[in-house]
Amino acid sequence: MSENPTSENLGGASVLASRIDASCRVPLLALFGGAAVWLVVGLVLSLAAIMTFHNPDMFADCPFLTYGRAQAAANDALLYGFCIPAGLGVMLWIFARLSQTELALPLVPVVAANIWHLGVLVGTVAILIGDSTGFAWLEFPRGGSVLLFTAFLLIAISAVATFGQRRERELYPSHWFLLAALFWFPWIYSTANLLLITHHPVRGVAQMAIDFWFANNLIFVWLSLVGLGTAFYFLPKLAGRPLQSHYLALFAFWTLILFGTWMGITVSAPLPAWMPAASSAAAVLTLVPLLAVAVIAVKTVRGSAAACNGGPLCHVKFGTAAFILSGLMLIASACPQFSRVTEFTWFAPAQVQWQMLGFFAIVMGGAIYELLPRVMGFGLPFPKFVRLQHWLFMVGIVLWAGSLAVGGVEQGMRLGNPLTPFADSTDAALMFLRAGTTGLLFILLGSLLFAANIFAMTFKWKLALAKTVIALIKSPLEAGEVKS
Amino acid sequence: MKNGFSVFLAAFIALGLSWCGFVLGPAKQLGAEKQAAVLNSSDVYPIQRTGDAALGLQVYRANGCAACHTEQVRQDGVVCDVVLMKPGKNPAVVSNLVSTLKLTGLTKDEADAASDQITAAGGSVETHIIPVGTDIARGWGLRQSVAADFLYDTPVQLGSLRAGPDLANVGARLPDFNWQLVHLYAPSAVAKNSAMPPFRYLFELRKIGDTPSPDAVQFPEGFAPPAGCEVVPTPEAKQLAAYLLSLKADAPLYEAPFTPVTTKP
Repeated sequence: MSENPTSENLGGASVLASRIDASCRVPLLALFGGAAVWLVVGLVLSLAAIMTFHNPDMFADCPFLTYGRAQAAANDALLYGFCIPAGLGVMLWIFARLSQTELALPLVPVVAANIWHLGVLVGTVAILIGDSTGFAWLEFPRGGSVLLFTAFLLIAISAVATFGQRRERELYPSHWFLLAALFWFPWIYSTANLLLITHHPVRGVAQMAIDFWFANNLIFVWLSLVGLGTAFYFLPKLAGRPLQSHYLALFAFWTLILFGTWMGITVSAPLPAWMPAASSAAAVLTLVPLLAVAVIAVKTVRGSAAACNGGPLCHVKFGTAAFILSGLMLIASACPQFSRVTEFTWFAPAQVQWQMLGFFAIVMGGAIYELLPRVMGFGLPFPKFVRLQHWLFMVGIVLWAGSLAVGGVEQGMRLGNPLTPFADSTDAALMFLRAGTTGLLFILLGSLLFAANIFAMTFKWKLALAKTVIALIKSPLEAGEVKS
Repeated sequence: MKNGFSVFLAAFIALGLSWCGFVLGPAKQLGAEKQAAVLNSSDVYPIQRTGDAALGLQVYRANGCAACHTEQVRQDGVVCDVVLMKPGKNPAVVSNLVSTLKLTGLTKDEADAASDQITAAGGSVETHIIPVGTDIARGWGLRQSVAADFLYDTPVQLGSLRAGPDLANVGARLPDFNWQLVHLYAPSAVAKNSAMPPFRYLFELRKIGDTPSPDAVQFPEGFAPPAGCEVVPTPEAKQLAAYLLSLKADAPLYEAPFTPVTTKP
């Protein structure tokens, strides 16, 4: 029955569904609460970083917020603080729902969520005080990464246990994507940490090869696996039509993991020439899963009677479209002709922002708005914020990542002409960076609305919990219990 | 995909393949790399950084300099110039040949053909290898960056964004220690309209005591600290500047050959 998410919540199933939802409540609140905080913190740090381009003098006396540190801390807070725990929370709920059983070992992910967020805190503070490891996307020093790794394994245990006790034996496409993601992260994260963040790391540029491989497998492959797994669950559910089709989804899954994982080596990296060449070839082949995902999304949503109205369906639809765009940008920057212009420009950061905020954060936002009222057993405290946040995020990401991308191309065209002074290329990008800051402000505002909903819900739930406890204490004792 | 195991297997195969390619392969191939011989010389390259320069890499890392600076010079290819060294016994014929033949911007084969002709006429020539590309035309490097340049760096700070200029060869381009310190303290003092944030926290602005500090930064006119004060670099600032000066990718190597220019024509 769970094979097709649209058929859930009918008749007797709804009692079971609400029991399943309730079993996810505490773990999900722990994961999402921290994620919402890190989303806001990450965006504030991004803003602090970009302020350097408005006024370079701003943090000249403040080592903690100098551009190189604030930027790395912002990126990691968004990726490790927001994206991954939000994805894990949604994943746990989808697993429980698809398995038609309550979440297994619900206490484990609660503990894990706290360890995870502690790890992000340790890592982010370490970057700000100058303890970054110096590897892009792997800046957290050992203390932080050990906590993250442990927490991930704990959550994976709970997820796999829930998966193992499923009543519906047949797998749904979301299962493939999410299970693969569970397997992906421990492998890439342990590889990168064991080879780079030790007393005897690998020598020379092999470090860069491993860092490129890790960053691509985390930001492109992992986020895509979790984001698409979520989208393939919610698109049919919200649109009221079955996923079109499982075969195409299987094809998208295989091609994504087979080709996507080979991308990430920059075109002119000082590595043996076969490596960038293999990456470029893989990038061209990654067009195949992008196309498959586009066909699936369009065929699933087309003809649906469900209205969008800025609700969760809008989020997931926009997010899926953003995935295609982000993928195309990544593929373009792996093509030697295009990368001649965009390499070493703001185009690559634009693609990452588009992937993290445009695709992943928006899909997760939609999923969380849809599942949280069910999990909590009451509606969103500020239902109007959902639509407003969607608009703020959409406009914000187009302005922010769009400016960075266009600025990057402008910068690259000047950078590519040796007769143009170098300062011209920075100046060209500067204008776009400054314009893009507006977009970043929009996204920050949207993230505050998102956090407001989550924290109001947590507060309401804790208040209700406290009331129950107080009522229990205050309630008159049974006659038999009263001592003479 | 009928069960969890098949999904696991799929993910294992896909990720395992790229792991072998991009992790195991380079770790084996590049991890065992040794110092390379400098062309036409008995020197080896690179020399390990020592002292302040080695510590400076860690200051560079801690402050995230690689967020805005690459250490990686790109190159489109090389051209060859044939240069006449001695006219030999038959100067008239040779000078006639030199004036008729195209001797600059040649491919390897063209250069060989031209030098054969001149040698046959009795002249003696040298073929100079000249890397070309935008980065090289900007003066950022003499040749492309290769794996050997980063042999002893941990962490390797390749960078991926050029919000500031490339630094692969900055030690050769801007070899003045004081210039580097001024630039770190107040970038706009030496580079007009610089977008670089000043790193004043790496310096100490203090009253001049009984004797001025020998380390105090010497500023260009108009940027000096208030009277009676001096700007003294912290050890971190000195280490960072020493590291920047140690960035010199100027050795011709087998995989990145070029002919060092000794005298300007």
